[in-house]
Amino acid sequence: MIIESGHFVLILSLLMAFLQSTVPMIGVHLRNNQLMAIAAPAAIIQFVLILGSFLALTYAYVVSDFSVINVTSNSHTAKPLLYKVSGVWGNHEGSMLLWALILSGYGAAIALFGGNLTPTLKVRVLGVQAMLGVGILAFILFTSNPFLRVFPAPENGSGLNPLLQDPGLAFHPPLLYLGYVGLSLTFSFAVAALIEGRVDAAWARWVRPWTLAAWGFLTGGIVLGSWWAYYELGWGGWWFWDPVENASFMPWLAATALLHSSIVSEKRDSLKSWTIFLAIVAFGLSLLGTFLVRSGVITSVHAFASDPTRGVFILLLLVVTIGGAFLLFAWRGPSLKTDGIFHPVSREGGLILNNFILTIAAASILLGTLYPLFVDVLELGKVSVGAPYFESVFVPMMIPMIVVMGIAPFLRWKRGDFNKTTNKLKVVGVISLIGGCFVWLIVDRSSALSSLGIALSIWLFSATFVELTSRIKLFQVPLKDSMRSIIRQPRASWGMTFAHMGLAIAVAGITASSTWKVESIQVMKFGDQVKVAGYTYTLKEVRKVQGPNYIATRGIFSVKKGDNFNVTLKPEKREYQTRTMVTTEAAIYSTFFGDLYAVVGDRDENSGGYITRIYFNPLVPWMWAGAILMVLGAAISLTDRRHRVGAPARSANIGTSQVIAK
Amino acid sequence: MMKRLAYFLPLVLLAILAAYFSAGLGRDPQTLDSVLINKKVPEFSLPPIRGFNAGLSNNDFLNKVVLVNIFGSWCVSCRIEHPFLMELKKKGVIPIYGINWREQNQDDGPRWLKKFGNPYSLIGDDPKSRGAIAFGVTGAPETFLVDQRGIVRLKHMGPITQQNWNDTLKPAIDKLRNR
Repeated sequence: MIIESGHFVLILSLLMAFLQSTVPMIGVHLRNNQLMAIAAPAAIIQFVLILGSFLALTYAYVVSDFSVINVTSNSHTAKPLLYKVSGVWGNHEGSMLLWALILSGYGAAIALFGGNLTPTLKVRVLGVQAMLGVGILAFILFTSNPFLRVFPAPENGSGLNPLLQDPGLAFHPPLLYLGYVGLSLTFSFAVAALIEGRVDAAWARWVRPWTLAAWGFLTGGIVLGSWWAYYELGWGGWWFWDPVENASFMPWLAATALLHSSIVSEKRDSLKSWTIFLAIVAFGLSLLGTFLVRSGVITSVHAFASDPTRGVFILLLLVVTIGGAFLLFAWRGPSLKTDGIFHPVSREGGLILNNFILTIAAASILLGTLYPLFVDVLELGKVSVGAPYFESVFVPMMIPMIVVMGIAPFLRWKRGDFNKTTNKLKVVGVISLIGGCFVWLIVDRSSALSSLGIALSIWLFSATFVELTSRIKLFQVPLKDSMRSIIRQPRASWGMTFAHMGLAIAVAGITASSTWKVESIQVMKFGDQVKVAGYTYTLKEVRKVQGPNYIATRGIFSVKKGDNFNVTLKPEKREYQTRTMVTTEAAIYSTFFGDLYAVVGDRDENSGGYITRIYFNPLVPWMWAGAILMVLGAAISLTDRRHRVGAPARSANIGTSQVIAK
Repeated sequence: MMKRLAYFLPLVLLAILAAYFSAGLGRDPQTLDSVLINKKVPEFSLPPIRGFNAGLSNNDFLNKVVLVNIFGSWCVSCRIEHPFLMELKKKGVIPIYGINWREQNQDDGPRWLKKFGNPYSLIGDDPKSRGAIAFGVTGAPETFLVDQRGIVRLKHMGPITQQNWNDTLKPAIDKLRNR
């Protein structure tokens, strides 16, 4: 009964979304307040209905109702409760339902907290958001219904893919979707603004917190996925340039660009059509990611069981939403007046350069990801594009970007003083050069690029730090005044400081872990010792351990360095009983300078020992720490009160029906 | 006027992209036909990987139904597929030939097999994609079914799962053997 109710409220939510996308929009057009008033409650009701539907499916998973096909093919009674719940979104149908839930959740958030928006804009944003809802809900109901029953119900389910049975991966999709789908809201804002024919500083300010939230979630989601790959796949890598990883990275780049261009739109009332374009593109890339994963156009680890009808449906959804938005953009965009000419040495000049690089980077990743498809369709043969392409294209682009990231925050709006800025950064430049040279001469002379990476990391970190100190006038005024001014710094500036420092730390981690990884693979018997990067690993024993739905081979290593350092690492190799599948669980011990990383493998029949793989992954914890700082930066910036109150008075408010015609 | 036209550019690009996608949808890579289907295995000869005796060439395809699997230690999906291949080997279902594709380091392939087990009866080393090009490989993992007369009968892209083994590969193998 609960299952049928879940199905039923999902149908109701589709009707509600349809109502929300039509009636209030007509209301705005007719200036009819009663029709417009429907939007907000409809958005909330739509969310509640989808939540009900989602809970019904969750219930089916928790009680293991195997009369539901979706539960049968993705769950099992022996699974721990956490993974029964995460099983809800560990499959195509359930994950689409989560998508719809988050989509309507953002709509409800606008309905509840969008009080400072002008009424017409709010209604239009909700209307566009509901149009997206109609598309996704129809997609679920017509091609991917999670509530289908099977008769007779099987004894037990076939279990979740064991690779997904992991805390990191249980929360990776929800976070990622909060980010992906969060971009739907900036999309709705962009389309609503195009319909209104007006983009101003207030609009840019309203969009920014939502972009920030989406960006923060997306960053968290991507990093969580990367962290999972790092310890679960058991070979010390954390990024593979897999098509689906790229599909999450491209919206991230676009959202990062959007975050910065909307600042220019807000402060300088310009770059408007570009900001609108980015908002459309960012969500377009999210939809593209969804399309790639579920259509089977490109093969990938992440690919769900593919189905051509689903592919056609999502492609249609992509073309209608993004095509429609672009059409509106082509029509209304040219009339969005851009103010003045930019001086290249200015804050906005730096931000524009940053946007330029981020966009080119996203475009080249898109090209690389889709290139095999293009070549295939044109019958030019078969190619695959791998990490070498992406690395050789992406890394050089990031070099000028990080250099500019150090400089731009010092520059003033409109016209910055280049000489004054270079004076302030002289010391930072020298320190970075010394750091780079030190790495090149002392640590590793074979890799100039890695020395450059470390130099850039030092550059960005110290430049960001100096920028903070010059903002609070440290050592220029009495310390007490500086301390007082540190409290008064706007939260948004803190957000920038945190995020940029986070990136600097992450760059060091990425550089070091991809260049100076130490790896050792050998057969070890009990008592054997191996020395890796100064740490001595002793294999104490290997025992079988029974897990809830797997049997694990657990190796126990004692790791020593000097007299004081002594830890135990317990890597596992798990064999799952429901699906004949083996997963590796690497054991990791993080130190300040890097991760001790051990994996236990199969028994070697000849010698009776075990194959072990031991790594030292330098500075990997820095990567995670940097990412956490970036997310923290977004969170701090979100609490800036300027996002909530007092958007600068909208110049166009006076003439409400100001229409731009051309 | 030029400026106005620039605003149509995104729309045009999207249209081109969508055209490719719809064309791509028809050719679902999981079941995509290779140009090789129903043709003889092309001539190729690959040396063994380090520490193994025999390599792989087109002369190894005679009088038995075999699978040819393209793999690499760098390939995440291969890692996912690997336990299933080991299962096939353990049960002695069908001989599997391996093409170890595009390893950066000569030792990577052997090391990978040492770690996870070796499901292959013959392995060719293919750092320069010679064998992969002969078979028209798009990505790893990819698996070909070759019959007793050395004719390629089926191509499977992506990791083999229990489901597509039951649905396509197993029936195809049974059919070839009963002929």
